[in-house]
Amino acid sequence: MFDLLKLRKQHGYQSIPDIRNVRLMETHKGYPLIDESKWKKEYSGLKDVCPTNAIEFDPFSIDMGKCIFCGECERVFPGVVKFTNEHKVGCTTRNNLVITGSTFEEFRETAIESERKIHKLFGHSLKLRQVSAAGCNGCEMELNACSNVNFDMGRFGINFVASPRHADGIVISGPISKNMAPALMDAYNSVSTPKIVIAVGACAISGGLFAESAELDRTFFNEIKVDLFIPGCPPHPLTFINALLDFLGRK
Amino acid sequence: MDWTEIKNLQSVLLKDVPLLSFDKLREQLINSVKSGKRLVQFFGNEEKNEVILYVVLADDQQSKLYLTSAKFKSEKTFDSLTREIPSARLFEREIYEQFGIKPEGHPWLKPVRRGIAGINSQEPQYEFFKMGGDEIHEVGVGPIHAGIIEPGHFRFSCYGENIHYLEIELGFQHRGVEKLFLQKKNNPVYLEKLAESICGDSVIGHASSFNSAIESLGEISIPRRAKLIRAIALELERIAVHLGDLSALAGDVAYLTGNAVFGALRTKVINTTMAICGNRFGRGLLSAGGVNYDISPELRDNILSTISRLDDEVSLAAEVYFSSASVLERFEKTGIVDFETALEIGMVGPAARASGVAIDVRSDHPFGAYDFFPVHKLTLKSGDVFARAYIRFIEIQQSIRIINEQLNNLTEGGLKKNFSSLKPNRLVVSMTEGWRGEIVHVVITGAKGEIKKVKIKDPSFHNWLALAIAVRENGISDFPLCNKSFNLSYCGFDL
Repeated sequence: MFDLLKLRKQHGYQSIPDIRNVRLMETHKGYPLIDESKWKKEYSGLKDVCPTNAIEFDPFSIDMGKCIFCGECERVFPGVVKFTNEHKVGCTTRNNLVITGSTFEEFRETAIESERKIHKLFGHSLKLRQVSAAGCNGCEMELNACSNVNFDMGRFGINFVASPRHADGIVISGPISKNMAPALMDAYNSVSTPKIVIAVGACAISGGLFAESAELDRTFFNEIKVDLFIPGCPPHPLTFINALLDFLGRK
Repeated sequence: MDWTEIKNLQSVLLKDVPLLSFDKLREQLINSVKSGKRLVQFFGNEEKNEVILYVVLADDQQSKLYLTSAKFKSEKTFDSLTREIPSARLFEREIYEQFGIKPEGHPWLKPVRRGIAGINSQEPQYEFFKMGGDEIHEVGVGPIHAGIIEPGHFRFSCYGENIHYLEIELGFQHRGVEKLFLQKKNNPVYLEKLAESICGDSVIGHASSFNSAIESLGEISIPRRAKLIRAIALELERIAVHLGDLSALAGDVAYLTGNAVFGALRTKVINTTMAICGNRFGRGLLSAGGVNYDISPELRDNILSTISRLDDEVSLAAEVYFSSASVLERFEKTGIVDFETALEIGMVGPAARASGVAIDVRSDHPFGAYDFFPVHKLTLKSGDVFARAYIRFIEIQQSIRIINEQLNNLTEGGLKKNFSSLKPNRLVVSMTEGWRGEIVHVVITGAKGEIKKVKIKDPSFHNWLALAIAVRENGISDFPLCNKSFNLSYCGFDL
């Protein structure tokens, strides 16, 4: 009994009080800043530096939908790329994930469009069904962490639920293997409309490291529109929660 | 000598690998396993018009590995080993699935990975095992499960609430990892990142296994400081996952204090990894030749004080957790895997150690920093959920001690060594003790030093069957508990 009380005291209060404004440590790799004036000619043969082909030269751009935030380009092109610790990198349109040289503030202005309709429908309660379609367990662990005592996403009325029938939308992780393609479509179809689709991580958004594998079936995205993209490998829980809150039009 | 004797991470010329007739190999393999050696790897590699089957055996007491091979040209069958060596069952099924070479007399030649492009995709739809009897009902779960977890299918045959039999069907996660290693063999950066994504909860384990194999083939020895940083990251990964599992196990028995406390402690550990390399799971930290990030003196002091606090916090939390009646009532005598079974089916990692099988790559076949920081093997006997949970706790304590020792001996030195090419026509076996157990990567190079084969074995490869055995004659409501006590990887198995 005394040990239990001691444990409660040791545990203390673990929730992050201000999820909207908390900063991540300096080492975190978030939004990339690009300074093309530092570009050197000898770099032009080094396209293989990026393992997921997220980089385009001339003009220099990084596609955060493909980027795994490994920082190789930062090391090889010093000064040209600088990963900041800005973690709010979620977007509602695929094109906005391609970063050319805008500042983080400029990026944020158009990154997430929140519609009145979405706010009205889901603004105060959103239940999500997560489908891992060949995800490596990285994104899955971070999505689980969203509901732990530190991040406590439930405080905003956002929860993960077991049945797609109880859900307002699905959260997809992984590059979508052939074997998971039908199950993913079944899960999507089991969610009643109106519903939202969220793609989490480089794999779900673009195939990521597995984009060139013959074992994927990404036709799901030919038919279904993604409402919210959460880049990262895996995305930090704060990236996911903040993107959702912005998308729902919450303060 | 019909077997080449090697050590973990010691590369060998392909021409020095003996080539036996399969019958001879079979006989010697059976005798070796009977005399206490362990089957570590058994796989095929297609070259021109022939398939070479490689076998790797381990002598864990002597820290030695034994390697041999057999060639298959036109013959399409061999005498199955599974009846004599049960741990060969999956290897043989995989060889049949990938090359069509049939192990005659295999007790159950079903697909390893569901319907992937291979031999079995041409066979009629696989039928699950069926139990007879009016009172038997089946419960099918998955591929999509209730929580946020990877997909797989479980088929329970139950009598009332008791599970008589569980069949596990995997392969839903198949991403073609081994093929991608060859497809992109000319892009070393890509290969490093791919190794980190084989299994997202064992980033350091798989990256360390793959990069060490590459370094061995490149004949370089990485700086001592890099070895230490790798080992620290590997132990942090072990602590983090073990804490996460203790938290999830508490959640499964509705013990919310344990769920919250261990969950919060895990966050501190993965944030420590993030302080080192910017990623909570250690992605990007390892690189062929060393590590990409250093531990500064300030960071070193921070980690030291974090883990010393963690030691006290975990001890108090575990004291409360493992003396709670509601926890013990559910954990004890649930999901038992006995010692003989564990040995027979080739279990590895903490799950095997919880059943009394004393294997741990860190002390049996030391690699990297474990060469100069020996690890004492921890085992328990009961093989139930309690043992698999309690071993997490004592391994956390052990890892804290290891990190402490290594941080205090973090001598100055370089982080990374450059090397140009891999030595041609070689094979290396690289074993690492990830938090889940023995991770094995076998890498083979061709005539120009190009990578010709990467064979990956996640610890889950052996341990999934252990879960299926553990749940027999347990209530179906205890399945989540048993499952979590193993916490096996779907993508590590499916590749």
